[in-house]
Amino acid sequence: MPTVTLKVNGKKQSVDVDPRTLLVQLLRENLRLTGTHVGCDTSQCGACVVHVDGQAVKSCTIFALSAEGTDVLTIEGLANGSRLHPMQEAFREHHGLQCGYCTPGMIMSAVDIVKRKGNDLDEQTIRQELEGNLCRCTGYHNIVKAVAAGAKAMKNGARAGKAA
Amino acid sequence: MAATGIGAAVRRTEDQRFITGKGHYTDDIHREGQTIAYFLRSPHPHATLKRIDTAKALKMPGVVAILTGADLAADKIGNLICGWAISSKDGSPMNMGPHPALAQGKVRHVGDQVAVVIAETLNQAKDAAAAINVDYGVLPANADTAKARDPKTAQVHDNAPRNTIYEWSLGDAAAVDSAFKSAKHITKLDIVNNRLIPNAMEPRAAIGDYDSGTDSSTLWVTSQNPHVHRLVMAAFLGLAAENKFRVIAPDVGGGFGSKIFIYAEETVCLWAAKKLKRPVRWTSDRSEAFQSDAHGRDHVTHAEMALDAGGKILGLRVHTVANLGAYMSTFSSSVPTYLYATLLSGQYNIPAIYCEVDAVYTNTVPVDAYRGAGRPEACYVIERLMEVAAREMRMDPAELRKKNFIRTFPHQTPVIMAYDIGDHEATLKKATEMADIKGFGARKQQSSRQGKLRGIGYSTYIEACGIAPSAAVGSLGAGVGLWESAEVRVNPTGSVEILTGSHSHGQGHETTFAQLVSERLGIPMEQVTIVHGDTDKVQFGMGTYGSRSGAVGMTAISKALDKIEAKAKKVAGHLLEASPGDIEFKNGKFTVAGTDKSLAFGEVALAAYVGHKFPTNEIEPGLKEGAFYDPTNFTFPSGCHICEVEIDPETGHTKIARWTAVDDFGILINPMIVEGQVHGGVAQGIGQALLENCVYDPDGQLLSGSYMDYTMPRADDLPSFAVGTVVTKCPSNPLGVKGCGEAGAIAAPVALINAITDAIGHEDVAMPATAQTVWQAIQKSHKQRRAAE
Repeated sequence: MPTVTLKVNGKKQSVDVDPRTLLVQLLRENLRLTGTHVGCDTSQCGACVVHVDGQAVKSCTIFALSAEGTDVLTIEGLANGSRLHPMQEAFREHHGLQCGYCTPGMIMSAVDIVKRKGNDLDEQTIRQELEGNLCRCTGYHNIVKAVAAGAKAMKNGARAGKAA
Repeated sequence: MAATGIGAAVRRTEDQRFITGKGHYTDDIHREGQTIAYFLRSPHPHATLKRIDTAKALKMPGVVAILTGADLAADKIGNLICGWAISSKDGSPMNMGPHPALAQGKVRHVGDQVAVVIAETLNQAKDAAAAINVDYGVLPANADTAKARDPKTAQVHDNAPRNTIYEWSLGDAAAVDSAFKSAKHITKLDIVNNRLIPNAMEPRAAIGDYDSGTDSSTLWVTSQNPHVHRLVMAAFLGLAAENKFRVIAPDVGGGFGSKIFIYAEETVCLWAAKKLKRPVRWTSDRSEAFQSDAHGRDHVTHAEMALDAGGKILGLRVHTVANLGAYMSTFSSSVPTYLYATLLSGQYNIPAIYCEVDAVYTNTVPVDAYRGAGRPEACYVIERLMEVAAREMRMDPAELRKKNFIRTFPHQTPVIMAYDIGDHEATLKKATEMADIKGFGARKQQSSRQGKLRGIGYSTYIEACGIAPSAAVGSLGAGVGLWESAEVRVNPTGSVEILTGSHSHGQGHETTFAQLVSERLGIPMEQVTIVHGDTDKVQFGMGTYGSRSGAVGMTAISKALDKIEAKAKKVAGHLLEASPGDIEFKNGKFTVAGTDKSLAFGEVALAAYVGHKFPTNEIEPGLKEGAFYDPTNFTFPSGCHICEVEIDPETGHTKIARWTAVDDFGILINPMIVEGQVHGGVAQGIGQALLENCVYDPDGQLLSGSYMDYTMPRADDLPSFAVGTVVTKCPSNPLGVKGCGEAGAIAAPVALINAITDAIGHEDVAMPATAQTVWQAIQKSHKQRRAAE
């Protein structure tokens, strides 16, 4: 089996994988980082979003071997030790989650949206940018509020994650 | 304790693990030595299984075993069952066809389980499954609800002639006939309630494990009710003895009904684990979920309402054909009957109602409860009739509703339910104010100037929650009473563990239940832990569905807390040298009435475990109490949703301009969580009305088999919602709560369709009202207008 070497949440990893292995399978099954979820098999739901070299990627859309040499950030690596990332804090404060299954992907996407679109996000922009993430519980109402608040909080000096 | 007690919008305790990726879902669990199961599923809607050749597949790398229905039969594993017996109007029992966990002799829907491959890895299992050679004898099939009873239609089960499971009725046909004879106006509608796929974001999963040393089995499963899983799998399937069988439902990523049921896959995992002496793990992929999770709705209905000249409803007549799919799922029989026809009275004083329901088999995935379960279908029927009747009689739809509102409670409807309380006028009034109905005319003109059509639609709904009073549901055919249990364990240090039979899969029980305990015992929420979802910890419970966990689950906790308080007063009485009757308990302090002698809750808790502090021949040591609560009535959340839409007549695209929801859920424990439930419910309701549709071709091929074809509501499909509440305290439980989980999904679809039909001036708009559907309806409307001119 070929070996893939990459950095995950700041830690170097070398793993032997079946060439068919997807990045999300590498994270969940090989590295047991189960915070990244799988909600579909057609790259529609966004539960598996992680950052690869600072960009949001649906980790079910790339092979583990394609991630050779990259720097991957998952939900487990977003907080600064025990201090939550402002986007994580905003999701809690604004009740932006219920069952929690889509939440890691939502938060990773939200951080990426802020990086691309800035800290002052209107409702329409947030809704359009969340097009790639499905949630079945919240009706998105509070997710939209959480992303707007998290974006503002990221501006106010809070750090935006290790690899972000 | 106001900061964390009842009524406070406390931020959720459970969120810490979910926002940091530390949730613990079934597929996150790895068992040492685990194998992976992959199901080979039927590509045909209906076929005989002539031969299953596994010889080549068995030799493939990593394959541990391949099992089929023949192995299941050899091991005498029982069929999956439907636990609610419904009789036809002639008294005959329902025709339940056999439902083996792996097909035996025949497959009956696309996705039916033909064989399971168990291998070291998922890829190996999939590779081997592709090498299994199945010789199918393809049979004619039918997926069409309306055609199922046609004598020419293919038979799904031999024991159900004309594919009929039951022909059930409720109400007084003669009284309805005479009401229709005296009517001045009759409104008639043909309605299809579209088939939906629940789509909890976490796909179903199961891990079976067997310990030969103790002859005990463990099942981790995505379940809303682990004890019901254990009971059914022990008592009916014969997989393990109940006392040697642990079911754990850890964090569960949404359910919406679809994770109530006992499915084939977890049955196979548990059975195979014992057979192979290795853990067997299965996780559904989304494509499988479309073919194997129980679907929802799928009714074809003709409904007629009789009114007098002034708009008073005289009678209601409904005939529904309900598609239950290829097999009867766990509770499927109850959904189009006792959860549907019993709510057809809506918020209105209707003297006579008669409803007939024919449940049918088709070559489709089984249909069972999905958020609202029967009540959205009932609400759709009655609220469409009201809106159309108002338009036909040239009355204001709100005024027609008001004219017929039930205003005195309790109110006995002609369809079993006895509504205990509500204030329909108040919810309607508040909703019309929040929706700015007064300004609608001006907004419509504004839209019109921009070439757009604007419409408004009401839904004044009522539902029955808090299922269910055992005596009532027992008499209606339910196999078990639907009470709930709770145990309160006070530790010597004064911290508290609450063991509940309710199960949280997004509802936030770890927070709301702790708020109740915090308020009652006067201790901080951090000292309270909610334990659920494990049959080895919680003795028994019925689980979470039907918006029951507040009204039934929390009431059980409240009853157990009553006992804790009584026992603690005895202990405090001894310590304070006073009679227990003189001890008052308030804000976490036990005080001798009229004195300043008091003890904190924690001091009494410690004393209860230090036996020499009181006479143990009079009071047992320890502080632990349990309660089983069987409700005396259903609860009846009600309210008014108003939807305002703007439609582009050139494209048929509907934009939701405003959504107003005013609900009466009784007392609110955590308004933030309640609002979240409303948002989610409305979103699913909008999904049904505007976007979602499970489509089979007439021969039973599933056309909407992935997120590429089945339109899930996305953030940019939905508006923000204006949510308000009116409170009438529920009289049937001590907390005064009613339940909020399903209201949105019940109220929303019909409000939206009422708004669209108002905007375009044409009533024939089927769900989902896609741009194409709406555009076509607009063209029909133009055509009719031209013909009339």
